Amino acid sequence: MTEPVLEVVDLVKHFPVRGFGARGVVHAVDGVSFSIGRGEMLGLVGESGSGKSTVANCVMRLVAPTSGTIRLRGQDITHLSRRSLRPLRRDMHMVFQDPYSSLDPRMTCGQIVGEPLSVQGIARGRELVRLVGDLFDRVGLRDELRFRYPHELSGGQRQRIGLARALAVSPALLVADEPVSALDVSVQASILNLLRDLQEDLGFSCLFITHDLATVEYLCDRVAVMYLGQVVELAPTSELFTEPRHPYTQALLSAAVVPDPDVQRSRSRIVLEGDVPSPLAPPSGCRFRTRCPLEHRSAPLSHEEEPPLVDLGGGHHVACHLVRPGAEETKLLDPAELAG
Amino acid sequence: MSLLEVSDLSVRFDTDDGQVHAVDRFSFTLGEREVVGVVGESGCGKSVSFMSLLRLLPETAIVSGTAMFDGVDLLSVPVSQLRRVRGRRIAFVFQEPMTSLNPAFKIGNQIGEVLRRHLGLSRPAARTRAIELLELVRIPAPDRRVDEYPHQLSGGMRQRVMIAMALACDPKILIADEPTTALDVTIQAGILDLMRDIRERLGTSIVLITHNLGVVADIADRVIVMYAGRKAEEAPVRELFARPQHPYTNGLLGAVPRPGAAADASRRLREIPGRVPSLAELPHACAFAPRCPRADAQSRSAVPELREVHPGHHVACFHPGPDAEAVA
Repeated sequence: MTEPVLEVVDLVKHFPVRGFGARGVVHAVDGVSFSIGRGEMLGLVGESGSGKSTVANCVMRLVAPTSGTIRLRGQDITHLSRRSLRPLRRDMHMVFQDPYSSLDPRMTCGQIVGEPLSVQGIARGRELVRLVGDLFDRVGLRDELRFRYPHELSGGQRQRIGLARALAVSPALLVADEPVSALDVSVQASILNLLRDLQEDLGFSCLFITHDLATVEYLCDRVAVMYLGQVVELAPTSELFTEPRHPYTQALLSAAVVPDPDVQRSRSRIVLEGDVPSPLAPPSGCRFRTRCPLEHRSAPLSHEEEPPLVDLGGGHHVACHLVRPGAEETKLLDPAELAG
Repeated sequence: MSLLEVSDLSVRFDTDDGQVHAVDRFSFTLGEREVVGVVGESGCGKSVSFMSLLRLLPETAIVSGTAMFDGVDLLSVPVSQLRRVRGRRIAFVFQEPMTSLNPAFKIGNQIGEVLRRHLGLSRPAARTRAIELLELVRIPAPDRRVDEYPHQLSGGMRQRVMIAMALACDPKILIADEPTTALDVTIQAGILDLMRDIRERLGTSIVLITHNLGVVADIADRVIVMYAGRKAEEAPVRELFARPQHPYTNGLLGAVPRPGAAADASRRLREIPGRVPSLAELPHACAFAPRCPRADAQSRSAVPELREVHPGHHVACFHPGPDAEAVA
């Protein structure tokens, strides 16, 4: 197998907090490992506070990881200085959630898209104009929008600018952090379609971060589910959606609403008790145990030992003391319902 | 017999750039114990129409039409009389629970304020009732939570507090504006369960304003689809999802990824080309025409009126019907 484009090993990011009577460490990301192959789209799913955006920011080196290793095309970038990172910025780029605040309001759209090209010394003058024109064409924007400012564009058009900027230097890895969640439904569809087309044409790898399971199913090859700073399940997309094994993944899938009244109203649901515990003091052992519907069966082991992420076969990894191949009692959902 | 009957509601805003027509001749009824979902994208007028009913809009808004509730027209009664309805008989739940709660007061006091003002309860009685309400919305340890501040609560719990506050005076109608949009899916599921439970137990009618078709599929009895300030389609929920008539509704339903989509890699999401029109001048035409595959000369020269295509199913389109490609 060829070398992965991105490899993340045991990534840890802790944020110290002081003041307001609180003192301690926010365990934002605690031991996350995954890799993304060439041309692969990996979805990173989780609810707010699960640490998915922190993973993205660490990968982009927008924040410095506490420990662990990040390799981009085999090169360890975990501790590189800003200066030595700069040439590598060609290889990875990011699309942000909010298309309003992630574009400089004082630059024209053409300047925004062209900036990575000139910073990296790839093109200037006429060549730059030509490349920017190509990029506008690629993301489906009219050429005259080059001379407009971001505030003159709609949300969907701005997100297209964000995509064009990210893809300007033909990166090997695109990190997309909730790129459509600020957009209207009809606009979301066109951006998701565009992202899928661009990926097929250009062949970049993608770390796609979202809270929306349906989007992941539409777009990604594999999915990693995060809970409280850790990956609890990692599997090929079709497998995760037809045979989710971790009790949290099962609960998450059962809670997502389906736009079909007959299906939606006949589905069974796993109700999770309580709230997500504070990342300042995550539970000992299995972090999901305080809300787990299977907890009575896994105790006391779940209190004492952190469950490792184990391969059940076929690349389906689960971090749970109870879930093993063939452990039917941990399947909480009716397979017929999951098939949709 | 309907509880609330809104006819020909129009809302305009005077701005420096001229008038903006946010809502245009919107009519709607709400029955006892009914849950109506109002769907549309940002700027379609869904929030503004319901805020205008309780006169929650700024003074630049020019509102016309009638809204009959309990024998009075909410849009013309004096404010003193409206106060007996607002927050008491008709209550509002807003989208963002953090900004709707006052961070400087304990939640018990905030719920208590509603009770003391509208029902004239004493402080101790208001506190007792506040604890009961927190229990009603299933907040664990309500006697302890009542003395906490909003920042001590999670997002889902804050939204439960907002609902408790709205239910304080046992209203006939609860208007919930995107109540689950800021919440995670597992929390959203709990809030939807709670609203279902409230309807069952208290008989409250609910208007649920949302952009999420899944939420509507889950809880609504009847659905209204709005586009550019006008009602595009209205139908019982199963009818709407099974036989959408308006091309905009068809487009919306096709734009959402559905479970099982991964199985068919060639299947694409449907896109609605173009963008939502500016509300500065509502054209004398179908507002959806510039984005519509079915538009013709008629759509561009006249406003389609609502008409009934099946019992209870109304659509404002010259060429209604399900899309061929959507029936897959």
